[in-house]
Amino acid sequence: MTRRSIGPVLLLAAAALAPAAHRAQEEDATAAIARYRELLQDGNPADLWEARGEALWQEKRGPKAASLEACDLGKGPGVVKGAYAELPRYFADGDRVMDLETRLVHCMGTLQGIDAGEATKQKFGAGDKRSDLEALAAWIVAQSRGMPVRVALKHPKEKAAYALGERIFFYRGGPHDFSCATCHAQSGKRIRLQELPNLTTPADAKRAFATWPAYRVSQGEVRTMQWRMNDCLRQQRFPELVFGSEGSVALITYLARQANGAGMDAPAIKR
Amino acid sequence: MPFARTVAVTLAGLALAGLAQAAQPQRGAKDEARAREVIRASFKEKGQAGLDRLEQDEVQAACSRTPGQGPLPAAAARKLVAAQQATLAYPADGKLMGDWKKGEQIAQSGVGKQFSDDPAKPSGGNCYACHRLSKQEVSFGTLGPSLYQYGKVRGQAEAMQRYTYAKIFNPQAFTACSTMPRFGHHAILTEEQIKDLVALLLDPASPVNQ
Repeated sequence: MTRRSIGPVLLLAAAALAPAAHRAQEEDATAAIARYRELLQDGNPADLWEARGEALWQEKRGPKAASLEACDLGKGPGVVKGAYAELPRYFADGDRVMDLETRLVHCMGTLQGIDAGEATKQKFGAGDKRSDLEALAAWIVAQSRGMPVRVALKHPKEKAAYALGERIFFYRGGPHDFSCATCHAQSGKRIRLQELPNLTTPADAKRAFATWPAYRVSQGEVRTMQWRMNDCLRQQRFPELVFGSEGSVALITYLARQANGAGMDAPAIKR
Repeated sequence: MPFARTVAVTLAGLALAGLAQAAQPQRGAKDEARAREVIRASFKEKGQAGLDRLEQDEVQAACSRTPGQGPLPAAAARKLVAAQQATLAYPADGKLMGDWKKGEQIAQSGVGKQFSDDPAKPSGGNCYACHRLSKQEVSFGTLGPSLYQYGKVRGQAEAMQRYTYAKIFNPQAFTACSTMPRFGHHAILTEEQIKDLVALLLDPASPVNQ
């Protein structure tokens, strides 16, 4: 029902974009997109993912018939409030830096006895094939709303993850010679009409990081940071970024640290 | 490697051998090897995108600098440009201008080389993602300069045709660490497609020059 109400808004935005031409119309187009984005803020279907995520957190599941309520997201077992704003971080029990999704897979394994392959089988939702990870992420992220991003980089492995993430951000490769920085290291630029955040500057990095995960209208799904990285690298013409890999967590660590101090405002709603 | 590679590139690569290392003085060889290993382990082959895409050529290695490392030093940049100049290859038939109408379609299309793309279908140039070209298309990006009236301003002389062809073929032969893809050098676009783009930019009848 929510999606049906979004449809006409999309059409309106498209209609506003249809007449071609000069600067005045270009400004009209930019204004129309801004209006469209504003209208979107009215109702966010991510609420549905959040509700399902909360239920999944409490439900006894897996071979061990246990809930995730004892999962330590970094602030102690079962503490969800504010946890996302301090991720990624180093976890001694896994001796590695983990982002939210990696940590959830870890907890599903240790607490519920669900192996990693099973836990990540539907890492990203696709229509009827819903993703438990996306639902859990939506709910957990919402419990950090309004809280400042605080990625400490105290542990040597956190520092190493940041350095590796920065390196990957500037790593050019593939047939197009692209790196993340190709599109995300200049201010005030666009790809087609889509504004590109300069993720090397605090203001843009904060705005971008604080609004993920997000409900993507064009996909009808809540998408997470792991998905965001995966799809950016697809467009970069790279091979597939492995879900939860050291490189993926490093990249997210780099972006999170760039956004330190931002007030979390996710799940947001995006085009 | 699926990339178009010529003997000239390899020779140019030798000339650039020290460049990547010179670009990253503060990184130890051990850290370097470990980082490459982690990056490799963090990706998997999908569709047409193999792990070989993570192996950097001389340009990619030299141009992957973090803000802490600063821009590529001028001497290294000059060397890089000279080496990439040596890779330029022009059409054997001597013709540089194709059909601007086909060029416009190539400029609009963003498909190609992604793991989600069908490798049997031709790639687009996706020029509008970064450049303004025609007056009619308002959905254009701004990562690159506006190319509106490119040919009207510059004319269609043979030298301009050659320059335009070469710039699309390999922008690194002109600007070290340009963000623009090397469309010919990496065989993203065919010779015919590049000719069509040259026509889009230079043909007086093209919407670019209205």
